[in-house]
Amino acid sequence: MARLTEHGMRRRSLAALVGLLALPRQTLAQPIMNPAPGIDARMINTPQGALQSILKGAEMRRGRVRLQLPPNADNGHSVGLTVSVDSPMSEADHVLRIDLVSEKNPVPHMATFFLGPHMGRAEIESRVRLNGTQRVTAVAQLSDGSFWFEAADIAVNESACLDGG
Amino acid sequence: MTARIQVQREARRGDLIEVRILIQHPMETGFRYDALGRRTPRNVIHRFECRYGGFEVFRAAMGAGIAANPYLRFFVRAKESGDIECRWVDQENVSGFASARVTVSG
Repeated sequence: MARLTEHGMRRRSLAALVGLLALPRQTLAQPIMNPAPGIDARMINTPQGALQSILKGAEMRRGRVRLQLPPNADNGHSVGLTVSVDSPMSEADHVLRIDLVSEKNPVPHMATFFLGPHMGRAEIESRVRLNGTQRVTAVAQLSDGSFWFEAADIAVNESACLDGG
Repeated sequence: MTARIQVQREARRGDLIEVRILIQHPMETGFRYDALGRRTPRNVIHRFECRYGGFEVFRAAMGAGIAANPYLRFFVRAKESGDIECRWVDQENVSGFASARVTVSG
């Protein structure tokens, strides 16, 4: 009886040790938002993981979003980008948020813009870093909860992340 | 942190006001190494918000994917005369502020 307990103890401590080793290593790339419940935290640093954390299981359809991006860029340090959504931006029907996802950046989720009916027009321009030739995706969530997206390809001659990334 | 905000001074009620803001900030990605091989810690402006007449109209959560010296252009619908105030904070808790006054007629 006593032997059995001892054996059980040893097995438990062994399991604890294995558990410790299996802990995910701290990743260099920190996400800008927490993953949705049920999504592996390590997955958020992949474009699929970033999209899943935005959609949280919902479907997204192509359309209503316009993503203007130059077809090519000499370098990826600063690429101008305009995203707009076909929306009346009224109290009843407006854009809640727009997310920008990169296919190849070490942190794929580049930004989230939170919009509202007081903006009058759902159009935002900014400049992003791009780690090489890739596809950029803009996902918009409307006030009815639906998700819409548009994707654009860009050829980048010199990547933004030459060191380390 | 220096910043430049550009907003038209006058607008008619219901018009779209274009807000352009450029903030001087390295948006350090955390992926760069200095000459001694030490990793430069990540420091980006992760939160930006814009209020118009004291009411939040636009907010952005930004990551290392936003270029150094972040630039944003967005719209606000003119309602009443008031300030368009932008605030932001980086990961070292350094915050910045820029505002512009708009006079709305009609």
